[in-house]
Amino acid sequence: MNSSIKNIRTIVAKELSSYFVSPVAYVFIVVFLMLSGVFTLVFSQYFEFNEATLDPFFYWHPWLYMVFVPAVGMRLWSEERRSGTLELLLTLPVTVWQAIWGKYLAGCIFLILCLFMTFPMVITVNYLGDPDQGKILCGFIGSLLVAFTFLAVSGLTSAFTRNQVVSFIISLVVCFGLICCGWQPVTDAMVAFDVPPDAVKFITASSIFTHFESIQRGVINSRDVVYYVSMICFLIFSTNVVLNSRRAN
Amino acid sequence: MIKVDNLTKWFGKNLAVDGVSFEVAKGEVLGFLGPNGAGKSTTMRMITGFIPYDIGTVTIGSYNIDDNPLKAKAMMGYLPENAPAYGDMTVAAFLGFIAALRGLSGRDRRIAVDKVIETCFLRPVRHQSVDTLSKGYLHRTCFAQSIIHDPDVLILDEPTDGLDPNQKHEVRNLIKRMGERKAIIISTHILEEVDAVCSRVIIINNGRLVANGNPAELKAQSKLAGSVVVTIHGVAYNDAARRLEQCDGAKSVQNIAEENGACKVRVYPESSSVANGLAERVHAAASESNWIISELHREDGRLDEVFRTITTSDTDTAQR
Ligand SMILES: Nc1ncnc2c1ncn2[C@@H]1O[C@H](COP(=O)(O)OP(=O)(O)O)[C@@H](O)[C@H]1O
Ligand SMILES: [Mg+2]
Repeated sequence: MNSSIKNIRTIVAKELSSYFVSPVAYVFIVVFLMLSGVFTLVFSQYFEFNEATLDPFFYWHPWLYMVFVPAVGMRLWSEERRSGTLELLLTLPVTVWQAIWGKYLAGCIFLILCLFMTFPMVITVNYLGDPDQGKILCGFIGSLLVAFTFLAVSGLTSAFTRNQVVSFIISLVVCFGLICCGWQPVTDAMVAFDVPPDAVKFITASSIFTHFESIQRGVINSRDVVYYVSMICFLIFSTNVVLNSRRAN
Repeated sequence: MIKVDNLTKWFGKNLAVDGVSFEVAKGEVLGFLGPNGAGKSTTMRMITGFIPYDIGTVTIGSYNIDDNPLKAKAMMGYLPENAPAYGDMTVAAFLGFIAALRGLSGRDRRIAVDKVIETCFLRPVRHQSVDTLSKGYLHRTCFAQSIIHDPDVLILDEPTDGLDPNQKHEVRNLIKRMGERKAIIISTHILEEVDAVCSRVIIINNGRLVANGNPAELKAQSKLAGSVVVTIHGVAYNDAARRLEQCDGAKSVQNIAEENGACKVRVYPESSSVANGLAERVHAAASESNWIISELHREDGRLDEVFRTITTSDTDTAQR
C-alpha cells in the first residue's frame, strides 16, 4: 500500500515535470488564458451583463476544454507506445493501475494549475460588484469536473494508438459528442426531428453539459457527482483494459 | 534463477514462440541466439512480464511471473530492444526516476544513480537530455537503468546493438563481470559475442529451441571441428594432398588456396572429436617430407557455421 502510493507519487512528479520541461505547457497556459478571456469578453459580451457574475466566463469552458484537454492528454500513453518506454514502465515493479493513476493525477494537477491562472477573473468581479462567492466556487468545481472527465477520455484514446494526432482527434470528437448531446440547440433540434422524448431525456442525461449547467447554478447535488465519478472511473477502468490487452502492438 | 517451461505465444495465426523451455542458474550468462524474427524478443518480453503468454510458466527466483508479478519484476533488470528511454528527461533524472520506482529513495537512490553513471561511463552526459544522446550513450543509459538496483536476474535484448567496437568491448566486459554473481540472458545475433561473454548458448529458430549447450559443445558440431589447416611452401597441392591423406585419422583433404608457390590445405579428421591428435600427425608428416610450413592450426569449429546449419536446415524441414 505504502509502496503503491510512493510509486504513484514518483510517476506524478515525473509526468508533471515533463509538462514543464518543454515550452508546450507554457504555450498551453497562455493559449488557455487568452481563449477563456476572448470567449468571456467577446462572445458573451461580459460587460453588458451589468451584474457581478462569472457565469459567462464558465459558460464556455466545456467548449474550451473540448480542444484544450485532448491536447494535454494526447501524449499520456501514445508517447509511451511510440517511444517504446511502455515496455520499460510495465516491466518495472509497478502495476498498470499505479501508472494510470499517476499519469491521470499529474494531468489533473496541470489542469488545476491552468484554471488557477484565471484567478484574476475572480478578483475582477469582486472589484466590480458583490458576486455570490458560493456560486463562483461551484463554477470552478464544475468546470474542473468537466476537465477531469475529458482528461480521462483522452487518456483512454491515447492508450489505443501510438499516434498523438489520432489520439487528439478521436478524443476531441468524443468530447464534442459528450457536450453536444446536452446542449440546448441540439436537444431542441432532436425534439424538432421527432426523436422520442424518452430517448431525448436519456441522451441529455448522459451529456456532460447537462451536469455542467446544473452545477453552474450554484448547487452540487449528488446526481451530478455520481455522474462525473462514474464517468471517470469507467474511463480509467477502460484504459486499464486497453493497456492490458494491447501491449505488444 | 530463471526457469522457463514450455513457453508458447501466438500472434493471431502466427506461432511466434513454440514450447521453449530452459533454465539459467546464478553465475551463468546465457546467450540467446537466433536469426531475426526467431522469437528472441518475444520470449524476453514474456519472461519480463510485458506481454502475456498463451501456454507455459515463467519462474524468477521462487516467484511465478503471473502470480507474483511485482516480486518477480523486482528481481529483474531488463534492457528492451532498441533501448527506450524518456526523451524529455536528463540522463540523471531518468535514472533517478527508475531508481525511485525500483524502491530506492533518499541517499540510497543518489548513490545508486552515481554508481551506474560511473560503471556505464555516462558522466559526460549526466545532465544532457536523453533526446540529444548519441546512440551509444542512449544504449548505455538504458543499460544503466537495468542494473541500477543490482538485480539478481538480468535480461538484455541485444545489449551491444549500435555500439562502436570499443563500447562493445566495455559492455561485454561489464556483462561478463556481472555474470559471476547474477543469472543473465543476452540475446544477440552477433556470434563473436557468444565467445566473449556466454557460458551457455541456446539457439532458437522459428520460435523453436534447436540447440542448447556450452559454446565449445556447439562448435564441436561444426563440420570443421577438429580439422587441421596447414600452409605449405614449395610443394604442389596434389603432392601435398597425397602425402597428407596417408596420415592416420585423416579422412579427406581440401584445397583452400594456392598462391605464390604456397598452398593452404585443410585436413578433415575421421572422428569429429576435437582432440584427435591429427595436428600432431600432420606436423610429423610435414617434417618427414621437409616441407616449409608457415601455418598450422587446429580448428575448434565455427559457431557461425553451426548456427547457419542449424537454423537453415530447420527452416527447410518446416517448409516441407
Ligand atoms: N506485436 C506483435 N504482433 C504480431 N506479431 C509479432 C509481434 N511481435 C513480434 N511478432 C512476430 O513474432 C516473431 C518473432 O519476433 P521477435 O521476437 O521480435 O524476433 P527476434 O527478436 O528474434 O528478432 C516475428 O515473426 C514477428 O513478426
Ligand atoms: Mg529482437
